[in-house]
Amino acid sequence: MKLTEQEMELLAVLEENHRQSAETIAMQMQISPEQVNAMIKKLEEAKIIVSYPALIDWSKVDGREQVVAVIDVKVTPKRGVGFDEVAEKIYRYPEVRSVYLMSGTYDLSVTVEGKSMKDISRFVAKKLSTIDSVVSTTTHFMLKKYKHDGVIIEGKDDKDRRMVISP
Amino acid sequence: MMNYDQFLSKKALDLKPSGIRKFFDVASKLDNVISLGVGEPDFTTPWTIRDETIASLEDGYTSYTANPGLLELREEISRYMKRKFNLSYDPESEIIVTIGASQSLDLAFRAILNPGDEVLIIEPAFVSYAALVTMAGGKPIPVPTYGENDFKVTVGQIEAAVTERTKAILLCSPNNPTGSFLNKDDLKAIAWIVQKHNLLVVSDEIYAELTYDDEYTSIAAIPGMYERTIVINGFSKAFAMTGWRLGFACAPKPLLQVMLKIHQYTTMCAPHMLQRGAIEALRNGEEQVEEMKNSYRRRRNYIVHALNEIGLPCHMPGGAFYVFPSIQHTGLTSEEFAEKLLMKERVAVVPGNAFGESGEGYIRCSYATSLEQLQEAVKRIGRFLQSLGLRTSQKKTAVGNI
Repeated sequence: MKLTEQEMELLAVLEENHRQSAETIAMQMQISPEQVNAMIKKLEEAKIIVSYPALIDWSKVDGREQVVAVIDVKVTPKRGVGFDEVAEKIYRYPEVRSVYLMSGTYDLSVTVEGKSMKDISRFVAKKLSTIDSVVSTTTHFMLKKYKHDGVIIEGKDDKDRRMVISP
Repeated sequence: MMNYDQFLSKKALDLKPSGIRKFFDVASKLDNVISLGVGEPDFTTPWTIRDETIASLEDGYTSYTANPGLLELREEISRYMKRKFNLSYDPESEIIVTIGASQSLDLAFRAILNPGDEVLIIEPAFVSYAALVTMAGGKPIPVPTYGENDFKVTVGQIEAAVTERTKAILLCSPNNPTGSFLNKDDLKAIAWIVQKHNLLVVSDEIYAELTYDDEYTSIAAIPGMYERTIVINGFSKAFAMTGWRLGFACAPKPLLQVMLKIHQYTTMCAPHMLQRGAIEALRNGEEQVEEMKNSYRRRRNYIVHALNEIGLPCHMPGGAFYVFPSIQHTGLTSEEFAEKLLMKERVAVVPGNAFGESGEGYIRCSYATSLEQLQEAVKRIGRFLQSLGLRTSQKKTAVGNI
């Protein structure tokens, strides 16, 4: 879908921070808040804006620490539907956070979240590897998240080092 | 007690202290200050440039370079000037890398001025200009511009200020502090008068990349002007490299070579490892410059709209990252306004008169700070105006008609 320059700019603004009022966005783009809302609606309907999730660092919340695993999955693609059918089977599980089709030595990269390692091994053994076209799985447990979706989770303090006033 | 005045240079003693300095001393001691007083980007230098510089240190690039800077860097600058401004400068003889654009300005004036030569300075202007001209033995002649004319200088104003001692005119577009931008037609008019009176132009183009509405034209690109122009630019603003102190000047060989002679005796060369970083900036930094520029443009639109809405009239500046709203209706002087605003609401702005007398009645607000900070600053300034009994209305005006 070909977007206008204005729509492209709106996406850039929202991608940086979607929690701004339509008025604030309108002022930055020199258009009316109504135009902003109409554009957002159009982009949402076209599923270009898919959703507005919050990025939460659950590792800081007592009792909600999570175990995350990235699983390399090799599958036999099926005639007619290719990888789509097996991908759908996998992404329907609520514990699955992401599924990507990859080039290279394996086919699907699956991210799974659970409360414990046991949770995840149960998922791999009982659910994932029992799917017909799944040939093999390699599970990698995630030890620490440094950066997620372009956001540095816990970096060095990027504080303003400038002087209060300068010419 | 020794009288040091007897030892000190009369010229140096007579320089006016910077109007910004005393304000800085107050503001830097207060807590919870939102500063719109900062004349530099709020971005840190893009990582790729920093990374390249770190690597250059690891690889041992710690020696002097050639006086005008690394040839490799001058070649990149030459390509950059061609690509961006359609200007052709020979990297071997017409480009010099300096300690910030400031040193380029200093070299330019020292190279062209004889005692008593006059330089026209379009005011409001960057705080250093007049002092640099004075220290080089010249005489700064302020040419005031006014808000009614978007702080653009007119041919008539220049004509009125030119004398037989006039050597050069100093231009800065987009301008610090007003953000005013000279388009091609404005420059053509100035070029005409410069040629008529056989003058030079020192063109400070440090904000050239931060131009938001029109395409940027360098005055050196106007026919007949390459010969008469010293173009000054640098990495500070566009590439967010202020603290690196890295600038450059481009000029016809006979001018540049005299600047170079002074440079080699005073400075030798710009720091080697930083020049390596600058090469990376010109080779691979363009995309990030564009992103930063877009971000400034959106913030400019926001702040101009928001300040007008709370009753601080302010025109839409074409470039840089400053707005220069009028505070005349408050009945306060620029300094009073800035001081009261700082003490009452903890918002730091720079009084307009720090940039010359014609800046009186205005304040400079830098919008190179986060949108959240800008929003909070606008709220506080609005409250301040209300406390003066001045904020006329809070009702939202239609967007887009400023």
